[in-house]
Amino acid sequence: MRYLPKSPTERKEMLEAIGSQSIEELFSSIPERFRLRELLNLPGPLSEPEIIEYFQDRARENSLEYASFLGAGVYDHLRSVITDTIIQRGEFLTSYTPYQGEISQGTLQAIFEFQTLMCQLTGQEVANASMWDGSTATTEAVLMAERITRRHRVLVARTLHPQYRDVLRTYAKSSGLTIEEVSLAADGAMNASTLRAELRDDVAAVVVQSPNFLGAMENVPAMAEAAHSCGALLVVAITEALSLGLVRPPREADIVALEGQSFGLAPSYGGPFLGVIASQDKFVRQMPGRLAGQTTDSQGRRGFVLTLVAREQHIRREKATSNICTNQALCALAATVHLTLLGKAGIRELAVQNLSKAQFALSELAKIPGVRRPFSAPFFNEFTLAFPRAVEKINADLLRRKIIGPLALEPLYPELPNHALVCITETTKRADIESFARVLAEALAPVEMRA
Amino acid sequence: MRGKITKASRHVNQNEGLIFEKSSPGKRAFDLPPLDVAPVDPRNWLGESYRSEGVDGFPEVSEIEVLRHFTRLSTWNYAIDLGMYPLGSCTMKYNPRVNEFVARLEGIATEHPLAPQDLSQGCLKILRLLEDCLLEITGMDAVSLQPSAGAQGELTGLLLIRAYLESQGNPRKTVLVPDSAHGTNPATAVIAGYAVENIQSDSRGQIDFAKLGERVNEDVAALMLTNPSTLGIFEKQISEIVEILHAKGALLYMDGANMNALAGVARPGDFGVDVMHLNLHKTFSTPHGGGGPGAGPVAMKKILEPFRPIPVLVEKENHELALEENRPRSIGRLRAFGGNFGVLVRALAYILAYGPGIRQATEDAVLNANYIRKKLEDAFELPYNLPSMHEVVFSDARQKARGVSTMDIAKRLIDYGFHPYTTAFPLIVHGALMIEPTESESKEECDLFIEAMLSIAEEAASDPDLVKHAPHSTRVSRLDETAAARKPILRWKPNR
Repeated sequence: MRYLPKSPTERKEMLEAIGSQSIEELFSSIPERFRLRELLNLPGPLSEPEIIEYFQDRARENSLEYASFLGAGVYDHLRSVITDTIIQRGEFLTSYTPYQGEISQGTLQAIFEFQTLMCQLTGQEVANASMWDGSTATTEAVLMAERITRRHRVLVARTLHPQYRDVLRTYAKSSGLTIEEVSLAADGAMNASTLRAELRDDVAAVVVQSPNFLGAMENVPAMAEAAHSCGALLVVAITEALSLGLVRPPREADIVALEGQSFGLAPSYGGPFLGVIASQDKFVRQMPGRLAGQTTDSQGRRGFVLTLVAREQHIRREKATSNICTNQALCALAATVHLTLLGKAGIRELAVQNLSKAQFALSELAKIPGVRRPFSAPFFNEFTLAFPRAVEKINADLLRRKIIGPLALEPLYPELPNHALVCITETTKRADIESFARVLAEALAPVEMRA
Repeated sequence: MRGKITKASRHVNQNEGLIFEKSSPGKRAFDLPPLDVAPVDPRNWLGESYRSEGVDGFPEVSEIEVLRHFTRLSTWNYAIDLGMYPLGSCTMKYNPRVNEFVARLEGIATEHPLAPQDLSQGCLKILRLLEDCLLEITGMDAVSLQPSAGAQGELTGLLLIRAYLESQGNPRKTVLVPDSAHGTNPATAVIAGYAVENIQSDSRGQIDFAKLGERVNEDVAALMLTNPSTLGIFEKQISEIVEILHAKGALLYMDGANMNALAGVARPGDFGVDVMHLNLHKTFSTPHGGGGPGAGPVAMKKILEPFRPIPVLVEKENHELALEENRPRSIGRLRAFGGNFGVLVRALAYILAYGPGIRQATEDAVLNANYIRKKLEDAFELPYNLPSMHEVVFSDARQKARGVSTMDIAKRLIDYGFHPYTTAFPLIVHGALMIEPTESESKEECDLFIEAMLSIAEEAASDPDLVKHAPHSTRVSRLDETAAARKPILRWKPNR
């Protein structure tokens, strides 16, 4: 087998050195009746070309040839050759968690740079080395708020990503948290007075997403003021982190839970992505996950180490702030390289392209009779539309033209029948937006004539 | 006396500051294609939400500087690609590059998780085949590929147990965790809503059978067992352990971190495990990437299947695959969008490369560990002498007499061209040296490692200071961790 670096002779020599008669003898501690007598029934062995062929065949069974208007927490953005080249360097790809600082300075400095970029982006003071994804980061942010406030009730915007809400409920069931939803106002965002009416002095955290799941920008300062008025913390979740290139950072939030997939990571059918928790210095000892910190060596030279490890499971065991161990380090490195390439000018230009194309798409789609945008709050690259007929039927028409239409909202929000979430990024072609508008106009025309 | 360092020599590497220190206004490393619609003025559309000042502090550098910056940083790391990385319980094996290639294919890397499922059959077929392979390898009845890493696999497993026990009328209160367990086990049990009770190992490093019998009662939900244990030793009385638990209605959770000792040789499902996780970034070769991403699929027996996390992969009547969300008895969703799919792709590519021959990898891993044990057991103390499987745990007891600790030996190993083994774990061994070579090491590489370890053992006796102040060949010497924690500097700030 090509991955195994031993000849039969070497195996024999090594067995002899050990003083064993056979390989079987090395497994003698496994009770005889549990030792497999036959080889497993697994497909393979396959050569490299055969492996490639298998996956190429599967790739062809996917939606490769379709244009798409899906976002909802996973965004198709430009990625760069440089980023992919860097993260495939063996020294980054095939190294372990940097516990041995002297031979892990590359990874450690990159994490330190990542933490810095995340602080600059979110307006927060401290960011960790990564969490599994945005949904688990949001849940861990809530658990962190629970530890800080010692309260157990959580108010969650109904416009937090439905799957993020699911994850939070899964964790809440066993950890004694009560989760309550706060409904959205007419403009598609959360209303500060609605929130105030729900707030009591037993609330640990208010959780809002901005831009929210329906695309609307939340008024973070107003939410923070409301939450703080009764001693609750404000957790802001961000699924489209590119928005921060143009949108003011959630400085007033106590904890930011971010999904960084937009920064150089492929949609990859749902992962691996990049969760981040950012917060304020005063809360750092309650943060989950790894942190890289600057220090010096015995000769006074700058170096970096994993620090504040007394929060973590390998030291604190059942008293740790989280059970997380393996995180998404290579994804964080990809984001670090990607954001460094974009730089200060690039992230703004990229965000402007997203906003401009989304505005173009909205104007093209909303001029079709019967189509309207129900919410007035500002948006970034996603917006909700209401149609005069079922989204499923419109999407079926679009699929026939090789277009994956917008996400139908009714299954997730029964109060929004015939509504859909449209996502436009810099990779969405103008021609595809125009095709979408044309197919939509055709699909809706008979309905309009009957009306 | 300085030992002979065969494997490594020193060479120049580049100094490099932080990327922020290289920034100069007006430089750029990225050009966008032209915008094919009219640009809008963001101020008009975003109103109060507009970030007029831009992202303050973001670097401004050119493409070559970015490439050099990160390439220079990379040369400061050790990696499997450079040599043996014998971290115990971490299974640092070769990461085949074809796995990287297939995970990046157009149509696989580009697939959106919310695309209509009849258009994503390729992805779903990959998931199904991986599920089938993992069930065959573990001997279990059902599997969830959703957990993001081992720790989330543990949580999934305990939530399954909780849901099952609840359906029997009582979720129970306590989870038993051996004192040799990884820290994630007790940390996870708490998140799953259980009290943790540590159980001591016996003098052979095995589960103390008599004590276990005393501790298991109707309050105990489960035992979290790593098998082989973190000492690299198989729990010989596994059947009896299962009997004790099942007799009181408790279940057995297996931490599959050490599955590299078993794949193709024995199946947890056969020896009575009720639920377990696998670390695809260990046994199944997906790269650690400096700390992640991983994946921690959970395999379970039939009794736990109704509670599987959503979505669940099912086959419809027309033989199409689908992700089912409507499962009222499910423990719920553990993370958004199904799982670390790209990691799952790599793991399947690994399994396909071996096929049934995966047994040979396991045999070689165990062969390497036993070879190293044999060659080092005269120089280092072996606190537990039951047969080793994929890893061997020594202690620094003999070197400690000269003031040399496991950490010192580990740091000196760096000078010899190796990454250190795992130090100071498992906790039941004072001053542990936990060595896991994996099957990826040749006899030559193992011999160089043995030579290095024996040489360091000599140095510890003849020149302990040389070892105590190691490493001597790295960019930085030992770093002040205490200062880092006392006054944390966790981000760069400009000098103003």
